[in-house]
Amino acid sequence: MARKPTEEKNIPTTGHEWDGIKEYDNPMPRWWVWVFYATIIWGIGYTIAYPAWPISKSGATPGLLHWSTRGDVAAEIQKFTDMNADLNAKLASADLTALDDDAALKNYAVQYGRATFATFCSQCHGSGAAGAKGYPNLLDNDWLWGGDIETIRTTVTHGIRSAADEETRIGDMPAWGDMLEEEELANVIEYVVSLAGGEHDAAMAEAGKEVFADNCAACHGDDATGDRDLGAPNLTDAIWLYGGDRDSITETIKGGRAGVMPNWNAKLSASQIAAVTAYVHQLGGGE
Amino acid sequence: MWDYIKLLVLAVIMVAAGYVANNARDLAYMVSAIEVVLVALVAFIVIMRGMGEVKAEPETGYMDGIIRVGAILTMFWGIVGFTVGVWIAFELAFPELNFSRALDGYLNFGRIRPLHTSAVIFAFGGTGLLTTSFYVVQRTTGARLFGGGLAHFVFWGYQLFILLAATGYVLGATQSKEYAEPEWYVDLWLTIVWVAYLIVFMGTLMKRKEPHIYVANWFYLSFIVTIAMLHIVNNLALPVSIFGAKSVQLFSGVQDAMTQWWYGHNAVGFFLTAGFLGMMYYFVPKQAERPVFSYKLSIIHFWALIFLYIWAGPHHLHYTALPDWASTLGMVMSVILWMPSWGGMINGLMTLSGAWDKLRTDPVIRMMVVSVGFYGMSTFEGPMMSIRAVNSLSHYTDWTIGHVHSGALGWNGMITFGALYFLVPRLWGRKELYSLKLVSWHFWLATIGIVLYAASMWVTGIMEGLMWREVDAQGFLVNSFADTVAAKHPMLVVRGIGGLLYLTGASIMAYNLWMTVKRVPAKADTPATVAAE
Repeated sequence: MARKPTEEKNIPTTGHEWDGIKEYDNPMPRWWVWVFYATIIWGIGYTIAYPAWPISKSGATPGLLHWSTRGDVAAEIQKFTDMNADLNAKLASADLTALDDDAALKNYAVQYGRATFATFCSQCHGSGAAGAKGYPNLLDNDWLWGGDIETIRTTVTHGIRSAADEETRIGDMPAWGDMLEEEELANVIEYVVSLAGGEHDAAMAEAGKEVFADNCAACHGDDATGDRDLGAPNLTDAIWLYGGDRDSITETIKGGRAGVMPNWNAKLSASQIAAVTAYVHQLGGGE
Repeated sequence: MWDYIKLLVLAVIMVAAGYVANNARDLAYMVSAIEVVLVALVAFIVIMRGMGEVKAEPETGYMDGIIRVGAILTMFWGIVGFTVGVWIAFELAFPELNFSRALDGYLNFGRIRPLHTSAVIFAFGGTGLLTTSFYVVQRTTGARLFGGGLAHFVFWGYQLFILLAATGYVLGATQSKEYAEPEWYVDLWLTIVWVAYLIVFMGTLMKRKEPHIYVANWFYLSFIVTIAMLHIVNNLALPVSIFGAKSVQLFSGVQDAMTQWWYGHNAVGFFLTAGFLGMMYYFVPKQAERPVFSYKLSIIHFWALIFLYIWAGPHHLHYTALPDWASTLGMVMSVILWMPSWGGMINGLMTLSGAWDKLRTDPVIRMMVVSVGFYGMSTFEGPMMSIRAVNSLSHYTDWTIGHVHSGALGWNGMITFGALYFLVPRLWGRKELYSLKLVSWHFWLATIGIVLYAASMWVTGIMEGLMWREVDAQGFLVNSFADTVAAKHPMLVVRGIGGLLYLTGASIMAYNLWMTVKRVPAKADTPATVAAE
């Protein structure tokens, strides 16, 4: 072991040869041996300090430090829970309309809401809350069911067309494809296209206006500006949930629409719902 | 007489597989059964055509025909596996490349990712190991392969395993265990092939003409024996029906997870490390024309490696339902494994002492040295990542992917390329390689490709880990998962480009080897046919 490996030709080999390959009888490098020993000693020490050896029926050695992954994570959660306890209790029962009067609570609610939104809402509404086809943009001031803070809380709590909650919001855009004549359909599509200033055939749109008044105005209103009680969108503002081109509008009218949002009271706590409400409300469109 | 028995067995297999195909409960199983019918039919015809001919005297030299086929197929599977890898790398950067609608999901990442991993590990790596182990064991024992045609059965049986596994992945038959995806019928077949492999290898060792067993063969043997054990235990399952692909795992919950990663990590340890160290221990001293640095080191690091690797699996399950004590043991053994792993690197690199000048003139030895270097790097990175505190950052991130690929592309890929550059001129009795310049091109393309791959994955991996755990002053998470995905995009493109460079290098190699066989004049005496000493 003490011999230093050299590059001299006279290092002894083991005397064996396989297909021309010989082996030097060099010692193992000292540093290699010592680092190997060091890791073994460290390993023994580590298994004494931490849970390691399954030696008894009741479980493994707990380790001198009494450390555990679960304990570790519980302590970290506890630290923040304790830190936020007062604000959290306040938020669950807070009057959200008066949130602006309490800067500390509002800051807490918005940060909490941002994290909650990133975890549970961003999958559909996007991580920036700008929405996607079929999932409303929450940054603008166009609201299907209303944009004041209590209305938003109701929507988050009970969801939309969510079968699991009896108090969920219900609105029905039927499939008109089977209920109207082809001509009526063509005309009313033309009229809806015209509402937000799209290029259209004026004569057909004029005819479609009548179809609209007979069938659509009940929900969308005579002036087509929608009805928030029914979740009927405003058709004149050029903001479209399912697309504003002729093909998309045709698909919507013929096939109907029934997007679903879950009732979050099944999954989130009252303070989480309050927080995510406060967050969405301050994004830009809150009323 | 023997041929008649073979024909009878093949006929029975054809009828049985045909019956199974007709009664199959799912598409994957039916197609697999049809493949078995066709393969048996081809074997039947080959044997029948050979029956009328007068049998030549049994050959006494090395059995090299199957090794030549193996060299070609190793190259082929390499190109296939790398191509699929490059494709899925770009799918992650540009999900449109899934073509989900147009292709009904057949090209989705989730479906072809196991195709990539199995193609590179089991098809490219496995065929490479079979091929080189058959070559090395004959040369270092001075004996012809044991068992006559059994080596052919092992080789072609393994190719059938690859075919059946790939069919299953594409058609949806999988037991959803990473690196052990093939269903029960494929597992059973591989078991038969693997036992035959063990018989061929052990038989050859037993009739050796050298007094001692060369170190490369210890590594190959430990690879064969341990893989058999891992494969059988991890694939214990009960088929729902013998007419269907689906099976139910014997273990469940955390026991299943532990068994899977005991298997998974030792697939790395014994397939991708021990097996390839066997390759290294033969081809590096041969190419360098130098003695192995230290016999003592080879013994100590061999036994330490074998003993320690088998414990390391739990480090894949830190911070899960796995009990802390198992996680601790996995981590500690992984760290102690560091030096035993490096023993192989030291022996590889120090073998070159006195021959360092060859690095300037011989691109093949350069390839082997870089390979051993990457081996050393990833066997340092591995123990480091197994430390719980590091793992809490690196787990589930791209860092793991980068780590695996610096090992796979750098170590396994490069040493196999080196072995093929060594083997092809000798197997076909050529004077030299067609072009050393092209080997240089391959070397640089592959090396730069690996650097791009590993570096981009370090960046995204660490970034991802930091973003996932980032909390604000009140303890709320700062980023959504989608934020991390968006942030990764540029690095995913760089990774894809790295893979493309690596694939380009391998394609140049395929051309170079092809031209070596085709254009380079034969050597005066072809060592391939010289009888064993």
